[in-house]
Amino acid sequence: MEYHLTTPLSKSDIDQLNAGDIVYLTGTVFTARDEAHARILEMEEKGVPLPFDLDGAVIYHCGPLMQNIDNKWQTVAAGPTTSSRMSKMTPTLLEKFDVRALIGKGGMQNVSESLRDQCVYLTYTGGCAALAAESIMNVSNVHWLDLGMPEAVWELDTIEFGPLIVGIDSKGCDLLSDVRKNAKKAFSKI
Amino acid sequence: MIHKITNDSVVNATIDILKKAETQLPSDVIDVLKQSQIRETSPIAKAQLSAILKNIEIAKERSIPMCQDTGILVFFVELGRDVHLDFNLEDAIVEGVRRATKIIPLRPNAVDPITRNNSGDNTGVGLPDIKYEIVDGNKLSITVAPKGAGSENMSAITMLNPTEVDSIRNFILTTVLNAGGMPCPPIIVGVGIGGSFDKAARLAKSALLQDINLKNMTKHERNILSDINSLRIGPMGLGGDTTALAVHIKTAHCHTASLPIAVNIQCWANRHASVTLGGDE
Repeated sequence: MEYHLTTPLSKSDIDQLNAGDIVYLTGTVFTARDEAHARILEMEEKGVPLPFDLDGAVIYHCGPLMQNIDNKWQTVAAGPTTSSRMSKMTPTLLEKFDVRALIGKGGMQNVSESLRDQCVYLTYTGGCAALAAESIMNVSNVHWLDLGMPEAVWELDTIEFGPLIVGIDSKGCDLLSDVRKNAKKAFSKI
Repeated sequence: MIHKITNDSVVNATIDILKKAETQLPSDVIDVLKQSQIRETSPIAKAQLSAILKNIEIAKERSIPMCQDTGILVFFVELGRDVHLDFNLEDAIVEGVRRATKIIPLRPNAVDPITRNNSGDNTGVGLPDIKYEIVDGNKLSITVAPKGAGSENMSAITMLNPTEVDSIRNFILTTVLNAGGMPCPPIIVGVGIGGSFDKAARLAKSALLQDINLKNMTKHERNILSDINSLRIGPMGLGGDTTALAVHIKTAHCHTASLPIAVNIQCWANRHASVTLGGDE
């Protein structure tokens, strides 16, 4: 099935999605990778409010290549980064914030229970940064540039960002983990 | 008469090959990706390969980096023994990297390993990584291979016992299996066998520079490629026929008590470009 969704996402938006479905997203996505995850969790623990709203939000595991022209940020290339690096921090993130979708590549480990009834994991084709930039219309904000360009949180306005494949749905189905299990079986037969 | 190699010509050549490597994939890689897209039987996998091919076209057309991870910059320099340089070659390459970071632009990826402070211009202690080789002749050849972290992080090295030659294939397959979808498959697998701990890794990395068409692979390499693809990890780990595009093995003599094996994994964006300066007019 193919879905065209608009952010912020509701629970019903994501409950209809099954692993393997195709999604195109329109609206705001927040980039966040290793350092941004660590800072979000650190601020939450100290009770300091975040400078952006993660309710119904889409988090994109991405360290974009940006260019500042005439004091305006433009997206040059913005493909996904390896999501597994965020696997350990994701359960706490989802416990504290109503994030509805994560976008990344390569799959995540031990997060399907944290995603259940709350969030989906979507994969975007790794390395397709020029293609991704075509559907990013505007950079509406940037936070925490002190972390460096790749690690900052960029608010990106997208139109029909995709095709995204549902890697882990909100019912516990994990497409990439199934592929991995089958690969292990095939390996044992070689 | 011999073409004079100047500081400026090296700086400009460095910028040129960086621009080419980051925005245009070598034709052998594109050809194999196209063939794989046609052959692929899984619809999800086919869609991933189509996105990759579309991305390659957009990057070339708009002259922008194909991947936001423009990598750390690895240079392979071949310096002819008859070349005389009246400037510092390393400084010229570093200057080329600094300028290319702004001009192309490239993502600043170089950070201090402990403080994680970003230098902002892709240079730093030991970066760019430049490997030198002295060769015959009066030419200077420079190759750049930008290396992204997604695939580099999935690479592995081991020191096997000398009697474990039969385990080499197992180590290569285990490395690919553990990597799963994380290094952006379809991948290219560079293997270094022998040498020393660091030599094996250098062999594996330089193996990635070879032309990846099937004709350029030995029977042994093709067999390992077929084993890898039978795992059905598929493009981006979403399942499918196309897990790897090529396997290249390089060997070197090693200590009688050693058997070092390095597996350097490369994502589909097997970026590299070269230039030759100097030579006879």
